[in-house]
Amino acid sequence: MFIRVGLLFLLSALLFGLLAAIQYIVPGAGKDIFSFEKLRPLHVSSAVFWILMTAMGAVLTFLQEINQFSLKSIRIQKIQFYLFSFSFIAIIISYCFGIFGGREYWEFQPVFSIPIILGWVLFLSLFFSNNKTLKDKPVYLWMWATGVIFLLFTYCESNLWVIPGIRNRLVQDMTIQWKSYGSMVGAWNMLVYGSSIYLMDKIVGNQKYSRSNMAFGLFFLSLFNLMFNWGHHIYTLPTAQYTHIIGYAVSMTELFILGRIIYLWRQSLTFDNRKQHIHAYWFLYAADIWVFVNLGLAIAMSVPALNIYMHGTHIIVAHTMGTTIGINTMLLLACAFEIIGGRDTTVSIKPNFKFAFLTTNISLAVFFISLLLAGIAKSYWQFNEPSLPYGAMINTLRPYFYVFFAAGTCLTIGFVLLIVPLLRTKHKIMPDGISALTEK
Amino acid sequence: MSNYQWKMSVFIGLIVLYAIYTTVLYFREYKEALPADKLAQTGKIIWQQKNCVACHQLYGLGGHLGPDLTNVYGHKGAPYIKAFLQSGTQVMPNYHLSESEMQALISFLKYTNSTGIADPNTFTQHPYGTISAQ
Ligand code: HEC
Ligand code: HEM
Repeated sequence: MFIRVGLLFLLSALLFGLLAAIQYIVPGAGKDIFSFEKLRPLHVSSAVFWILMTAMGAVLTFLQEINQFSLKSIRIQKIQFYLFSFSFIAIIISYCFGIFGGREYWEFQPVFSIPIILGWVLFLSLFFSNNKTLKDKPVYLWMWATGVIFLLFTYCESNLWVIPGIRNRLVQDMTIQWKSYGSMVGAWNMLVYGSSIYLMDKIVGNQKYSRSNMAFGLFFLSLFNLMFNWGHHIYTLPTAQYTHIIGYAVSMTELFILGRIIYLWRQSLTFDNRKQHIHAYWFLYAADIWVFVNLGLAIAMSVPALNIYMHGTHIIVAHTMGTTIGINTMLLLACAFEIIGGRDTTVSIKPNFKFAFLTTNISLAVFFISLLLAGIAKSYWQFNEPSLPYGAMINTLRPYFYVFFAAGTCLTIGFVLLIVPLLRTKHKIMPDGISALTEK
Repeated sequence: MSNYQWKMSVFIGLIVLYAIYTTVLYFREYKEALPADKLAQTGKIIWQQKNCVACHQLYGLGGHLGPDLTNVYGHKGAPYIKAFLQSGTQVMPNYHLSESEMQALISFLKYTNSTGIADPNTFTQHPYGTISAQ
């Protein structure tokens, strides 16, 4: 259920993303009904909800494969599902009416945070009542545990602005805001990456990797990153200098870590392993390539002296969407195909899937490059032509935005072709034993 | 120590470091910028309710359809800002703001201007890749 609702949010993210991009190429189009200040939160929140819903669904399904849930746990899981679904849908509706809390990414009224925080608390209690100890557990259980704890904490932290003493000091407010966002992304990545490692274990059929010292070494390094690397979001904010230095020093090794894991795992696969989980395998493979594409940019961005050329331009948008689509979405689709599609030894890759998959990845590459180029052009303006008015500069970016829009349309078509057949699949009982109760 | 005790110690050690860092950041004195005055505080609430940040940035953070507004007050002044707020533009909506709402927003932008300089062009770069503000 989590995953199906998640997939619907992905469709809504795609729809609103396209509508928002129209504003880039036809300024002010349809602004009376849906102007950009509605479309952007509709798009970005839908994307975040897709990631959160599906990551929760994957973790809960896999937990039940590991140890079956008690009736009480199943009930808690249901309440958690309804809390999140209803508040996320209510948020989307509130945006349509122009009701905002006006914080970037979480642009809704703070009252919606009450059910969301309650949902995180339930998730936390569900997780720990089914995992009393982490002793002798594989790395993904550690990752899920940290993910759940930090989601609750950072989400509360991102709401601290409701306290006037914090809200009224811009620099303190923005420092705490971006501290919480940086760690929150790290926390949901713990859920997503943990689930991918679980999936990879399942595909190879052993836990050699997920119990290795190397896996734990990398886990602690990413935890360290989650806690301390967020300073790179605010290099230009006049806040405590040490946040910048810590952010820079800790830098972004996390992506490298994941790329390394998938790479090692792919080398250990046999042909048979792949065939049984062919869809999941393809998505994991794509994610691996996108990790390396994003890595170079991410490392450059975390150097302050280079960051100032990219900050506030579409290079950042390229990075955000490059990672949320190329890495998070690909990994989550691997989980979704595995969970909803189930293991099916009879099917090989269908031509339709292949077409949709290639369309998605190729258009994503074009999409990414067009944003990078637009960003470079804007950066050039910031440094070399400050006298050119903003509107005139934006006009010169128009050609890149046409390509961006066209690539975005193909990307959307590719995703729709992947998702719609999946949504229409009846859930298959997994041959590994326990049917996922999250899915009905 | 057993393998598990090692792992737990690293885990708890990191959590403690994070807790210290968090506490320091919450309670340090943010001398860099004074708190906003009453009118600017109201302005900030309006800024959030109208979701200006979907199109505009402060210190480079926000949506990318419109320009960064951190220092617009310093560069262009109150009457210029008011002109935009009164009628919007082809892209920017006309919010039909009351006079007092406009004054509050202007006062908020005056406040953001006083907190520092956001233009990336004004930073000095150092050999090890660090930067400093003017
Ligand atoms: C739908 C997007 C959008 C929203 C929402 C929006 N603006 Fe704008 N705004 C723009 C664009 C685009 C420009 C650039 C002017 C142009 O060329 O049209 C602009 C220009 C401005 C300017 C002049 C900046 C300069 O340097 O020339 C100010 C001041 C301003 N906006 C304030 C606001 C405030 C305050 C809000 C919230 C109440 C707001 N805007 C909401 C899109 C938006
Ligand atoms: C899986 C699909 C997608 C995901 C997960 C996703 C995610 C995101 C995220 C996280 C942002 C915030 C970026 C930032 O603040 O820097 C964003 C912005 C945006 N996205 Fe997407 N996106 C997706 C697909 C699309 C598509 C298909 C389009 C259409 C062309 C699109 C158009 C936009 C636009 C116009 C913005 C606003 C950029 C700005 O700030 O001006 N997105 N997206």
